Amino acid sequence: MRKTLVLAALSAALLCGGANAQQINVKIGVLTDMASLYADDTGPGSVAAAKLAAQDFMKDHKNFKVEVVSADHQNKPDVATGIASKWFDVDNVDMITDVPTSSVALALMQVGAQKNKALIYSGPGSSDITGSKCNANTVHWTYDTWMLANGTGKAIVKNGGDSWFFITADYAFGHALERDTAAVVEANGGKVLGKVRAPINTSDFSSFLLQAQQSKAKIIGLANAGGDTINAIKQGAEFGIVASGQKFAGLLIFAPDIQALGLKAAQGLMFTETFYWDMNDGTRAWTKRWDKERNAPGKLPSMNMAGVYSGTLAYLEAVAAVGSTKDGKAVVDKMKTMTFKDPLFGTTTVRADGRGIHPAYLFEVKKPEESKYPGDLYKLRATIPANEAFRPLKDGGCSLVSG
Amino acid sequence: MTERVVDPLTHSQSAWRTRSETIAFAIMVAALVVAPFITYPLFVMQAMCFALFACAFNLLIGYVGLLSFGHALYFGWASYVAAHAAKVWGLTPELAILTGTLTAVACGVIAGSLAIRRQGIYFAMTTLAFAQMMYFVALRVKFTGGEDGIQGVPRGHLFGLIDLRGESAMYVVVLIIFLAGFLLIYRIIHSPFGEVLKAIRENETRAISLGYKTDRYKLLAFVLSAGLAGLAGSTKAILLQIASLTDVNWPMSGEVVLMSLVGGLGTIFGPIVGSFVILAMEYKLAFLGEWVLVIQGVIFVACVLLFRRGIIGEIANWLRIRL
Amino acid sequence: MFTIFGVPSAALFGQLLIGLINGSFYALLSLGLAVIFGMLNIINFTHGAQYMLGALAAYLLLQYTGLGYWPSLIFAPIVVGLLGIVIERFFLQWLYKLDHLYGLLLTFGLALIIEGVSRHYFGTAGLPYALPDSLQGGHNLGFMFLPNYRVWVIVASATVCFSTWFVIERTRIGAYLRAATENPTLVRAFGINVPRMITLTYGFGAALAAFAGVMAAPIYNVSPNMGSELIIVVFAVVVIGGMGSILGAIITGFALGVVEGLTKVFFPEASSTVVFVIMAIVLLVRPSGLFGRRA
Repeated sequence: MRKTLVLAALSAALLCGGANAQQINVKIGVLTDMASLYADDTGPGSVAAAKLAAQDFMKDHKNFKVEVVSADHQNKPDVATGIASKWFDVDNVDMITDVPTSSVALALMQVGAQKNKALIYSGPGSSDITGSKCNANTVHWTYDTWMLANGTGKAIVKNGGDSWFFITADYAFGHALERDTAAVVEANGGKVLGKVRAPINTSDFSSFLLQAQQSKAKIIGLANAGGDTINAIKQGAEFGIVASGQKFAGLLIFAPDIQALGLKAAQGLMFTETFYWDMNDGTRAWTKRWDKERNAPGKLPSMNMAGVYSGTLAYLEAVAAVGSTKDGKAVVDKMKTMTFKDPLFGTTTVRADGRGIHPAYLFEVKKPEESKYPGDLYKLRATIPANEAFRPLKDGGCSLVSG
Repeated sequence: MTERVVDPLTHSQSAWRTRSETIAFAIMVAALVVAPFITYPLFVMQAMCFALFACAFNLLIGYVGLLSFGHALYFGWASYVAAHAAKVWGLTPELAILTGTLTAVACGVIAGSLAIRRQGIYFAMTTLAFAQMMYFVALRVKFTGGEDGIQGVPRGHLFGLIDLRGESAMYVVVLIIFLAGFLLIYRIIHSPFGEVLKAIRENETRAISLGYKTDRYKLLAFVLSAGLAGLAGSTKAILLQIASLTDVNWPMSGEVVLMSLVGGLGTIFGPIVGSFVILAMEYKLAFLGEWVLVIQGVIFVACVLLFRRGIIGEIANWLRIRL
Repeated sequence: MFTIFGVPSAALFGQLLIGLINGSFYALLSLGLAVIFGMLNIINFTHGAQYMLGALAAYLLLQYTGLGYWPSLIFAPIVVGLLGIVIERFFLQWLYKLDHLYGLLLTFGLALIIEGVSRHYFGTAGLPYALPDSLQGGHNLGFMFLPNYRVWVIVASATVCFSTWFVIERTRIGAYLRAATENPTLVRAFGINVPRMITLTYGFGAALAAFAGVMAAPIYNVSPNMGSELIIVVFAVVVIGGMGSILGAIITGFALGVVEGLTKVFFPEASSTVVFVIMAIVLLVRPSGLFGRRA
């Protein structure tokens, strides 16, 4: 314990001195899921994205030395808390990013606040992170469940999908996704005809799909994630769901999941994301670089990974403006005053509640015959401007928002 | 169990046998006292909780011969109750831990009285069935917080006086709890009750023919094991300030088996060494990402094929002492 | 149509049919495990990984050799069966004289290794595998739409299950095998190569798991984690059926599918738990399982 104190004192002295001195050292920790449910949506791809951000930043800021470390939190809150505490206390990590799985992310927010470090989330979905559980050390990039529910739900209802049946993963996250989307559907003139709750990690959805078919709802909303969503859609193709006129709405789905499904099963699927690798030249160029760094041919970057790049870059720019990493809250406060531009998300600003906002897009999965090259998966159906895509500031219940 | 530490010593050397254990105990205490100054204290405290859990599990398998596949049930539910007691009911940490432990004891009585009727793989499967049922209950019941778990559990003030937020105070508390639990297990093993347990493991029919009500002995051992696992879980909840689904899920049960196996099934100090080794590996190798699970698999295979006695077991065998 | 407990009968029949189909899949999946435990007294935790390897092999055969579904049904089990033989020769054979526990731990460790390595090369989101063209589409039965592939599942599972049972329980070679596990020394005295039979039996069990994997590939997500999700349920099926009994596993598989199907209609949230509740009840009432021979 004495050694920790000495180390802490030394680092503090170094960092204090660093404000005016030449070299600023920043250590970024990518805490992610390397082996299970979200490993393809985050995992090593996020680490590659963070490394690119570090490289790009150091190119323009010669007095910075940015190091990236990573670890697997295995989707377990206690493993994550242990690693984060050690990173912050012993290894001089200044900021932790990514952190998929909302339960882990929420647990980590306490650690970040206690030790006054910065958390730049790109992986988790819960809108509570910038809502009832918000704190001053956390910034939430890329997406959240409110944005997904609103983007997908509203757009689909406006497109004619006004009767819904939900297949929901039976745990808190699934319920929240279903609840938020149902509210949006009903607010926009649609009707929820029924719902069924399936245990998480169900392999066989035939029984639930049968119920969905019998409800005759136009849209089958999938309030689940990962393997559950993929299985539901794959088996839906088998049962002729799309062929007989019903459509699926994926409420939490990413590009790697579409790859896993294949276009034949996934065609027509509609969902909202904030990044697609093939949107413009900027995203395409970045994806090429990401591909080289990631070194796993055939994989596509998800919006989470893009968010790690964008969020990390934004954090570093704020550090440059503040002059040191010592006070996590100060850096986050600085981020809330800046405007960030990058080729992946366009323009991003950070609100008082920690919510990073950027435009969202409604995509539809192409039919197999419409896809011209590997990775050509989506067509753009609508663009939602940044200030409409996310929950209004006053509605979140965040204590940081005055009034 | 057909493979345990080979004991070449006879009764007459029992005094010497105990001395080696005393020396080992002294070394362990010394190491634990010095540890926080050498490595990260939070890691040592976490390891001690798991060590207690592994020792509790090992009591059943090593000394009664019953393999429980669902020990996470007691560990996890005790941690939920302790977390809830500290956070929502505002109990002081020692009362919260006590409440959690009593919960585990209650669960142990219920599950044990049903599972004890069977042996071997059927006993293991019954314990697994109960654990999985309680996992799904934990997933859905509101009080557990679902997949978020119970977060922000306050460390509180011990006896209303000592603030446990300081690492040193917490460390002393965890160390005392661990040593108390360990000594209790030691006392159980080296007692007439413990001798009957070993007799049951060797040959239950003969023990029954000698007049022992073996079911009662097994149940008591089961409940003690569950209670101590609960003590470990409750302490962990206060320490890490979180109780989550990972604590009740079957990989947690599997992990405690791994810790005991690596350390040495049926030895007293084995599970402690095993839990420190496994936990250290998870921390140190966390950067390897998905390879950690592969390495765990390799360790399983290697231990089963080559190091069946585990670390402590091999040392004890080599030194021809009992540990 | 009439309603039962608020559910229209048409829906109920549909769910029962689906339950039966799923049951046949459970039976097929449990078969390999039951064979290995029943014949060899090994608790094969690698079963889930072998199932996954079957599906993975089907994907790889399609990707790299263009071999489709039907050839994969033959080749994938052969490949995984050979791997099973390797596992038995190099790892398992040293553990026969020891407690069951060690076999379980070893196979558990092997499963971790196989799944971990597969995850490294293939990720976790899953790999695409489509329904074979000859089995696409389905028929509208009035109360539900029945995909052709599901009909194939029930036919194939039933055939494989009952052929295996027949070979083991009713043929000479099956008799040799059963005798060899009960009294290996005596059977060896008759000149039968017992170790080879054991090796081949383990390989056969692994091949059965892989066969189930290929059957699953078009409808379930092909991912390195697919085995670990199902393995606990499969264990429960085998335990309920009776750990020595092949027929027990088959019948329990079918029955469980139906029970689970009904649960999904009336109380869907409990459909994962119901198998463990049943397992606990069965173990308490009939400890050796419904059809088991040993207590």
